[in-house]
Amino acid sequence: MLARQLSAGALRKGPALSFRQKNAFAFPRALAVRNASTASSSAFESFLNSRITLASVTLFTAGSVAWYTHLYGSLPFLSEVHASHASDEGLHPPDYPWPQKGLFDTFDHASIRRGYQVYREVCAACHSLDRIAWRNLVGVSHTADEARAMAEEVEYQDGPNDEGEMFMRPGKLADYMPGPYPNEEAARAGNAGALPPDLSLMTQARHGGANYVFALITGYVDPPAGVEVREGMNYNPFFPGGAIGMARVLFDGLVEYEDGTPATTSQMAKDVVTFLHWAAEPELDERKKNGIKAVILFSTLTLLSLYVKRFKWTPIKNRKILYDPPVDKKH
Amino acid sequence: MAFANTLYNTFFRRNSIFVPTIFAGAFAFGIGFDTGVTAFFDHWNKGKQWKDIRHKYVEAAEEE
Repeated sequence: MLARQLSAGALRKGPALSFRQKNAFAFPRALAVRNASTASSSAFESFLNSRITLASVTLFTAGSVAWYTHLYGSLPFLSEVHASHASDEGLHPPDYPWPQKGLFDTFDHASIRRGYQVYREVCAACHSLDRIAWRNLVGVSHTADEARAMAEEVEYQDGPNDEGEMFMRPGKLADYMPGPYPNEEAARAGNAGALPPDLSLMTQARHGGANYVFALITGYVDPPAGVEVREGMNYNPFFPGGAIGMARVLFDGLVEYEDGTPATTSQMAKDVVTFLHWAAEPELDERKKNGIKAVILFSTLTLLSLYVKRFKWTPIKNRKILYDPPVDKKH
Repeated sequence: MAFANTLYNTFFRRNSIFVPTIFAGAFAFGIGFDTGVTAFFDHWNKGKQWKDIRHKYVEAAEEE
């Protein structure tokens, strides 16, 4: 109701207003109508057209450019020539269609199981995984018996015993995954000075996450012409700088999957990255379920509050205030 | 109107009934909502979760 009256009024007022604007440019003072309904718009017009506004906007623009130049050392919107090349930052990885990618999607747990096998047989030769315990695998990729059997194959130091001596015992479910090296120095010494990073949080620790790790371990190529890679380094366009200490390790048929999946390079890479993604984000399922719940609850509450607002405001918005003039007694 | 009266007389009249009704309702809603969302999540991810593939490995372990 109110909206209709407003729009009708605006339509009626439209031509008159434009006429007044035309004249306002020519004789701003003379034709300024002292009328309550138009005073604000003509004041706004004169504010927009004033020299002070022009000067202050110019000053603001010049100041912004100067500030930007001072802060970043270069003028905005002007490209520059750099000695470095964008490829030195590493290629951006493609966006892969992971099974866990969607809003409601969880990990493919068969893939996690295969990925653990790849990690154990290939990656674990150099990379530790020291935030994952054997018990974490239970109910995710292995049964409790399987995990216990795997843990018992590893000897852990424990103690001290009654005589104050440390002793070795087979692993338990509560033990964490053993690393390939006793300390960082040993890891560097075994890898020509390069430290193989711990993989527990790797998909969270690199830009691009799982996409980056997959692109990296499948992205080894010969260096392009003009790029020299030092002895003992390998060229990988996805690695910042291009030269990476790790060589390509995944080749077709490197492992033999127990479920008969063909062990191609990309299949193994996908499985091990899925495993590492789970290792870095084991809470993914709970997080996504909580997200579903939050969206449902909050959208319901939003709709409810919008309805209540309209319900309460309807009589106020639709009321009509009538002016009943006093009866003119006498002149 | 009869329904509203019944509702009022049953739940809203006494605070000693009103408050426990709210608490019990919140509890029941929490469980029901969680069950519903989990059911949807399991349906959406059918075949991907550990509970869907567990039987393969448990049987294999028993045979050994």
